[in-house]
Amino acid sequence: MPDITAERIELVHGEGGARSRELIERMLVAAFDNPELNRLEDQARIELAGLMSQGDRLAFTTDSYVVEPVEFPGGNIGTLAVNGTLNDLAVGGARPRFLSCGLILEEGLELALLQRVINSMAEAARDAGVAIVTGDTKVVPRGKADQLFINTSGIGVIPTNVDLSAAHCQPGDVILINGFMGDHGAAILQARGELALEANVYTDCQSLHTLVSAMLAVCPDIHAMRDATRGGVATVLSEFAQASSVGICLQESELPVRPQVRGMCEILGLEPLYLANEGKLVAVVPRQSASRVLEAMQRHPAGQHAAIIGQVTAELPGKVQLANAFGSSRLLEPLAGEQLPRIC
Amino acid sequence: MRFVDEFRDPALASTVLERIRQLVESPALRNRETIRVMEVCGGHTHTIFRYGLDQLLPDRLELIHGPGCPVCVLPREYIDTAITIARKPDVILASFGDLLRVPGTHMSLQQARAEGADIRTLYSPLDALQLARQYPDKIVVFLAIGFETTMPATALTLLQAEAEQLHNFRMLTRHISIIPTLKSLLDDPTLAVDGFIGPGHVSMVIGTHPYHFIAEHYRKPLVVSGFEPLDILQSLLMVLAQLATDRARIENQYARVVHNAGNRQAQVAIGSVFESCSRSTWRGLGAITQSGVVLKPRFAEFDAERAFGCEASGEGVDDSVEGSCCGEVLKGKLQPQDCPLFAVQCTPANPVGALMVSSEGACAACYQYRKGAH
Repeated sequence: MPDITAERIELVHGEGGARSRELIERMLVAAFDNPELNRLEDQARIELAGLMSQGDRLAFTTDSYVVEPVEFPGGNIGTLAVNGTLNDLAVGGARPRFLSCGLILEEGLELALLQRVINSMAEAARDAGVAIVTGDTKVVPRGKADQLFINTSGIGVIPTNVDLSAAHCQPGDVILINGFMGDHGAAILQARGELALEANVYTDCQSLHTLVSAMLAVCPDIHAMRDATRGGVATVLSEFAQASSVGICLQESELPVRPQVRGMCEILGLEPLYLANEGKLVAVVPRQSASRVLEAMQRHPAGQHAAIIGQVTAELPGKVQLANAFGSSRLLEPLAGEQLPRIC
Repeated sequence: MRFVDEFRDPALASTVLERIRQLVESPALRNRETIRVMEVCGGHTHTIFRYGLDQLLPDRLELIHGPGCPVCVLPREYIDTAITIARKPDVILASFGDLLRVPGTHMSLQQARAEGADIRTLYSPLDALQLARQYPDKIVVFLAIGFETTMPATALTLLQAEAEQLHNFRMLTRHISIIPTLKSLLDDPTLAVDGFIGPGHVSMVIGTHPYHFIAEHYRKPLVVSGFEPLDILQSLLMVLAQLATDRARIENQYARVVHNAGNRQAQVAIGSVFESCSRSTWRGLGAITQSGVVLKPRFAEFDAERAFGCEASGEGVDDSVEGSCCGEVLKGKLQPQDCPLFAVQCTPANPVGALMVSSEGACAACYQYRKGAH
C-alpha cells in the first residue's frame, strides 16, 4: 500500500505539482502498473503490429460513471468503470486491449475510499487481461462533484469475420440472455437504503468479452449483441427492433429473474425488464445456431443461467411484445424518464 | 413466489374466463348489447393493461377506466402552488416521484428542480420528517395527495410532527375522498355503467359499508377487488353474476385484505387530522361537493398554503388542455386512444394531461402496454 500522508483529497492534488505527481505515482501507477503507463509520458504509445495481428478494425468507446452510492453490494464505481467500458467493446465482438482512466475527484474525498476504487479497477482490468495505459486526474471544490466521477475509454480489436449490428436482426432469429435480469439495479436500490428493504442482492458487474468470444467461436454470424445497462433488457430490445425494422416477441415465463429481485420489483412497482444490469448481454442469433450458442453460454461462468427468452418476428416492426401465460400480450416501450437516479 | 403466483395462475384464469363467457352468453345477459363495468381504481387499470385482461374478455363486456388515480385528478393549480412554494428561499419541497412530471400551467416540478428549486423525491412521508430534523434552518414542505389510501399516512406523519414540535415542517395537502367522487359520477346522466369494480386499498381503510348507497339508491352492483389478475377476473365474474340475477349488492372479493368495517385505527387517524371541505375542484371531474379534506384548525401551523400565503381558490380554474379529452377519459366516456392527442402530442415522456403521467393513469397504462398494437 502506498504511503499517503493526507487522508483526504485536497485541491492541490489536482494542480499538477508535486502533490499531484505523488498521488498519481503512489496510487494510480502503483495499482495499474504496466509498461505503457509507467513511462508517464503525456500519452500511451501502442504498437500497431500487435493490434493488427488480432483483426482488421479498431473498436473505440467511452463511458462516464457517476453512480450513487459509490460502493454497493458486490462492487463499486471502479469495477463498473472498467467492466462497463470493456463490455461496450465486447458486444461489438471486439477483444478489449487498452483502457484510459479519467478521474474527477471532489475535494474532501477520503483517500482510503479512492484507494479501494482504484484497487477494484486494477483488479478488474487484470482479470480481463487489459491494461489501463493513460489517465488524468482533476480535483473540483467540495460540492462541485459527488465524491468521484470516472471516465474510461477503451480500445479493442475486432476479428476479421465478425460483424455484429443492431440492424442485423431477422425474423426467425432467437433472443438469448446470459442470466438473471436486474441484479445491478436492485443492488443499487438496496444500497441507497431509502426503501428500508433488505434483500440479498448483489450487482452482476462482470466483464463479458470471454463469454462473447466463446459465443462467437460456436457461431461467428451472431447477428446482434448489446449489454443491457441503463434502461434494461426491454430498452436494448427496442433499439434492436427499431434498427432492424423487425418485431420482437418475448415470453414472460422464460425471463430469468432472481426471486429476491422479483420481490423487490413487486413491492416497488418496478419491472425487471427495465432494471439496469452491468454484466448481462442480449444476443440475437440465427435460429439454427441458437442451441449451440446457448450451450456455449451455459458452459461459461458468466452465462451459467443463460436462457432463450424470445424471438424476432415480422409482425409489428419496431415494437417489442411480451406474451404472458394468460395468452395475451403487451407492448414494451423503451424506458421513458428516469426509473432510478444515477445507477452507473 | 407465494401470495403472488397463486393469483396469476393461468389455469385458474382460463377457468374464470370461461365462466365469464358463459355468463355473458347466458339468457339473462345475452340480449344486452354491451355490459359496461367501471374499474374505479387506477391500480386496477394498470393490472388490466399489464396482463392484457381486456384482450381476453368477451367483446360485449367493456371495461371503463374510472377516475381513481390521485395524480390524474390533481388540479393544475396545485402543481403551480407547489412550484411557487418550492422557489421560495430556504424551502425543501418533498414529494413522491410520480408528481414530479405532472404538467402545471407553465412547467412541472421536475422542470422547476432543473431551474434550481430544492425538490426531493421520497418513498415515505416519514422521510419528510427526517428531512425536517436534518435541516432545521429550512422549511420542509411535503406534498400530500391521494384518496383514503394515503390519508392515514399523511395524518400519522402530521401527528408525529406535532408531537416532535417540528416547527419547520409543512404540508401542502390535496386529498380526495372516494365516496363523493363516486356519487358525482353516478349522478352524471351521461354515464352508462352497469356495475363497478371497487377500489381495494381505499376500502382497506374505509371498509365496504360506505358503498351501500350505490346498491340501494342507484341499483348498481359493486365488488371490492384485489389487484392481481385473478382478483380482477373473479370480481368481474361476481359483478356479472349479480347482473344476471338482477341483484345489486356490495360484495368483497378482496376479503384477505379488506374488512367490511375497514381499519379503525386508520379512520381515527384521518378523523383526528382532517375535516371535509365544502367543495373541491378536480382535474377532469370539475367541482365535487364534500370531496376534499382540509387540515383541522389545530394543525394550521403545518399548513403550507397558509404559511406561504398562497391559498388556492379551489374553484373556477380552467384545467382543460386545448384539444385533449382528459375529462371524458377520466369519466370513462372515451377510451384513451380516442383522444386526438393520445400518442401524438401527449406521451409519457412529454405528457400534456396528467392521465399520461402516473402508471395508474388510464392513458399512461394504455400507452405503455398497447401503443401501436392497434
